[in-house]
Amino acid sequence: MDFATIIQILDSTVRLATPLLLACLAGLYSERSGVFDIGLEGKMLIAAFASAAAAAATGSVWLGLLAGIFASLMLAGLHGLASITFRGNQLISGVAINFLASGLTVLLGQKWFGLGGRTPSLEGAARFEPITLPFAGSIAPVPVLGPIYSELISGHSILVYVAIALVPASAWLLYRTRFGLRLRAVGENPAAVDTAGVSVTGIRYAAVAITGILCGLAGAYLSTALAAGFGREMTAGKGFIALAALIFAKWRPWYALAACMLFGLLEAVSIRYQSIDLGFVMIPVQFTQALPYILTVVILAGFIGKAVPPRAGGEPYVKER
Amino acid sequence: MGGADISGRQSSAAPFAIELRGISKAFGPVQANKDISIQVAKGSIHGIIGENGAGKSTLMSILYGFYKADAGEIVIDGKVTPIPDSQSAIRAGIGMVFQHFKLVQNFTVLENVILGAEEGGILARSLARARKVLADLAREYELDVDPDALIEDLSVGHQQRVEILKALYRQADILILDEPTGVLTPAEADHLFRILKGLRDQGKTIILITHKLREIMETTDTVSVMRRGTMVATVRTAETSPEELAELMVGRKVLLQVEKAPATPGKTVLEVENLRVRDTQGVERLKGINLTIRAGEILGIAGVAGNGQSELLEVLGGIARGIGTIRLNGRELDLTGRHSDGQSRRADGIAHVPEDRQVLGLIMDFTAWENVAFGYHHAPEYQKSALLMDNDAIRADCEKKMATFDVRPPIPTLAAKNFSGGNQQKIVVAREIERNPDLLLVGQPTRGVDIGAIEFIHKQIVALRDAGKAVLLVSVELDEIMSLADRIAVMFDGRIMGERLPDQTNERELGLLMAGVSGEAA
Amino acid sequence: MGRMPKWADAVLVPLLSLIIAFVISGLVILAIGEDPVEALKIMVTGALGSTYGWGYTLYYATNFIFTGLAVAIAFHAGLFNIGGEGQATLGGLGVAVACLMLPWPHWSLALLASVVLSAAFGAAWAAAPAWLQAKRGSHIVITTIMFNFIAAALLNYLLVNVMRPRGQMDPASARFPAETNLPDLHQMLGWFGIPFAKGTPANVSLFVALIACVAVWAIIWRTRLGYEIRSFGKSEKAAIYAGISPVRITMYAMLISGALSGLMAVNTVQGEANRLLLNSVEGAGFIGIAVALMGRSHPVGVFFAALLFGFLYQGGAELALWTKIPRELITVIQALVILFTGALDDMVRVPLKRLFLASGRGGQ
Repeated sequence: MDFATIIQILDSTVRLATPLLLACLAGLYSERSGVFDIGLEGKMLIAAFASAAAAAATGSVWLGLLAGIFASLMLAGLHGLASITFRGNQLISGVAINFLASGLTVLLGQKWFGLGGRTPSLEGAARFEPITLPFAGSIAPVPVLGPIYSELISGHSILVYVAIALVPASAWLLYRTRFGLRLRAVGENPAAVDTAGVSVTGIRYAAVAITGILCGLAGAYLSTALAAGFGREMTAGKGFIALAALIFAKWRPWYALAACMLFGLLEAVSIRYQSIDLGFVMIPVQFTQALPYILTVVILAGFIGKAVPPRAGGEPYVKER
Repeated sequence: MGGADISGRQSSAAPFAIELRGISKAFGPVQANKDISIQVAKGSIHGIIGENGAGKSTLMSILYGFYKADAGEIVIDGKVTPIPDSQSAIRAGIGMVFQHFKLVQNFTVLENVILGAEEGGILARSLARARKVLADLAREYELDVDPDALIEDLSVGHQQRVEILKALYRQADILILDEPTGVLTPAEADHLFRILKGLRDQGKTIILITHKLREIMETTDTVSVMRRGTMVATVRTAETSPEELAELMVGRKVLLQVEKAPATPGKTVLEVENLRVRDTQGVERLKGINLTIRAGEILGIAGVAGNGQSELLEVLGGIARGIGTIRLNGRELDLTGRHSDGQSRRADGIAHVPEDRQVLGLIMDFTAWENVAFGYHHAPEYQKSALLMDNDAIRADCEKKMATFDVRPPIPTLAAKNFSGGNQQKIVVAREIERNPDLLLVGQPTRGVDIGAIEFIHKQIVALRDAGKAVLLVSVELDEIMSLADRIAVMFDGRIMGERLPDQTNERELGLLMAGVSGEAA
Repeated sequence: MGRMPKWADAVLVPLLSLIIAFVISGLVILAIGEDPVEALKIMVTGALGSTYGWGYTLYYATNFIFTGLAVAIAFHAGLFNIGGEGQATLGGLGVAVACLMLPWPHWSLALLASVVLSAAFGAAWAAAPAWLQAKRGSHIVITTIMFNFIAAALLNYLLVNVMRPRGQMDPASARFPAETNLPDLHQMLGWFGIPFAKGTPANVSLFVALIACVAVWAIIWRTRLGYEIRSFGKSEKAAIYAGISPVRITMYAMLISGALSGLMAVNTVQGEANRLLLNSVEGAGFIGIAVALMGRSHPVGVFFAALLFGFLYQGGAELALWTKIPRELITVIQALVILFTGALDDMVRVPLKRLFLASGRGGQ
């Protein structure tokens, strides 16, 4: 494997990890506030569709992005309604949201575009184009550093940089601000927040809304940056890989970055190679694809560093007597 | 009545720190608080004492804005102050230390203290200020806690200090503590009371809710006694005695005299030696229990709730694990392994009427007949074949038991939740007694049960004794213990304080033992 | 009394939820510019108007009975088994092994073998998440989701690298011998002289599903195990008082659940495709959730809910054929049913309870 190949694999790692990272951070907010969300997949999917549809209709990727965020927020609101207001089962609500998105995207896509659920191909201003960072061209010939800067770091769409910037931003918000303190507290012990005179419901809705926005970004990235348009079921389980990454990261932003990069790398490798020959054993591509899930189960089992979810996760808050 | 003008340390002309006027609160048909009035003087420690279920916690929840009272008003510093939510309570200067701490376990002390009382959106400033305030408070009131420690690493006593610090950080002038010593060691409790006295001397008003007489006597200036939702008396602590308070707490009810012949105890059925139990949080709940029960004898365990009686029943009944020795008819029971579960205990001949029938004894959504088989669903007479249960047989058995125990309505297909408390209890008692066990464990057999059913259940327990069986009776109702037991052991703080014979003791003596004041052993 | 009667809780609440879901679905159809009444007519005619339609409706319903029962029995133990997809995938593997392993002389013997192996494979796939839940406290919902994906990858690997016959391009197993092919409804009813359309996929597995309904009903309401499962599901504390082991019940409930999911493969793999394909489950594992929720976890309810979803599936295919409405409409309806009968249950139940309370007061 030569240097250029490594750069290429890492480059595609970054591109493939971005939607995972956005969705993973999205899930982080909701779950840290005590609302489990297995509906990341659905929110990403509907956002991907809405973004591509709006971008195709208006020719503006930015309007597309807004539409994606709005659509994802709607489903997030539904999840909040079911799990916060009506104290329903958060997992069942998540399942329903995934199906709703899966059905609605095709239904509306067929109605609007008649392309069997796809949206028209996006081009020009209707897509997020790669951004060339300053001096990328002039540094390119420098050995090692040149390709790393010009090919790996430069040349991604704006959402890639946003996603990466969201990691320190989320860490700061969670650990350094009042909102973060309350959000984390509400996921650990809502009674502590309630008795401190702060609304549990308000904080949880805020968290679920942030989840909606970030899933919107993730979906928009899929259909307007990574691909040039929406295709049915285009999330293909990425929401669940993001969920796995979230558990793998033990619900922490920097770990989430590492986990998503790892899972992105696995995806990049499995796209490029059918199987990996380690000399003494052949690793089939399916194993690479399943590795994120296997790793997550191992982590959940607590054999290597137990992943402890937020203590109040999954439970609707009911005031005690 | 409750509103007696007892003003503690101040002249009665000054407004009270807090005053409740005619507070009432009902949950469905249950009247948790009936026309409660109290006045608490500024800069005093006021105790509220009463048994479990007397309505103390409901009253405090109303004060802290968790519940809305059906009637009555709250007056703070002479002003009528509605408290619709916790925020209003905090604003009114009320701080609450709950029995179950409201702390975030994986947060630091500082983070817990500022939660909800932050200044501005960025934490750094709030944390810096809180650090300073905490240092001051620590100096002033002996409230030292490492501000950077995680709650989960702190002892229970220190966690409680964090709760007090939280309240003080919010500049609470009125501090309410709900059963604060339930989880503390005696040394920690003493420290707590020093802190509370220090706070009082600085002008804070403290309301101490407890069922422990000793704490009231040692700490408070005035004390109110609650019983069954009403405030039965408010007195100056200096002018009362533990005996008087114990009487007020338990109340003088019509003594239900159970007709029973003198016991004729036979061979030893149950021997318990040095039994120790820890709860899930690692707090030792039983600290070396020794007792024996013979055939044809009822041993009554008296004591204020929460002193280890529940744990004793749970270990004997195969719900909790423990260390020590338990022998039944001379055979040692498994306390930790495969045979320490409820099925093994039943096979050994132990039946258990649990303290909380709605949580343990019955599945409320199950029908009466399903509940009649609960725990005995392996019994041969309930099986049709190797695989199938004989539901008809269970239903028939249920009908029979309902007739014998006069369960009303006698409908086996009615769900347990649709029976009255007394009839639910009769279903449980019927199920357990009809097994003819060698040892019957009974916890609070008549809690929430109407008079008629009480008498009936008592008779059944005596009948089992007369049939030569051993009975362990746990009750917080002294009357019940006095009239049923052949021997009385009093539990306090996970230990047996002493044993008495019912005809050689009185409520006063038992009350002192229950309060941890021992005549003989320490 | 003013209390909500049992029948209202068991029938009225899910029925109202269903009506809300259908009304919203109707609005969705209106929104995409089609006529809901016309759509319903096409669905009814296509799915129920002929024995041909019934042949498909019953085929789908068979799948949903199995997966619905699987979710239902786990619900009774207070567990949410979202891993029906993975367990059914493994069940398919079991069927393939059964059918390809030995030269069966008759379909009935092959059926017996594939029933045993599909159930065993499905149960095995549920065992790991169950054990992790019971012993290590790993959240069973997350682990079963992960196991769905791992199952998909495993099957993909086996089909591509192990089971695919030489020279065949698509990732699928070899065709099963003709002796293993299960009789369809046309054949079976023909034995009794009852005419039924040819060429529909409904087959003898339907009767296996019906037997499973009865078996699950008997397990839950007639055996000690079922009694213990229900006790544990209602109250873990009380179950421990009664000497019921949480670990044992979690394991048994999930093993039965996994076995039922696995059985679904008999219908799709042996009954229809006659070979193991990549995606033979087609989301039926998830539909089981909707079916169990709607059927209130009772085998009779599950049966009718499965029929309803079978009707929706076949009707949806007809819609896609005759109108511009894509069959994904069914996915939307399914989502709404799960949402209203599952997550937003209280939205329907609480007002209804109040209504009964008010009418009870009025009557007194």
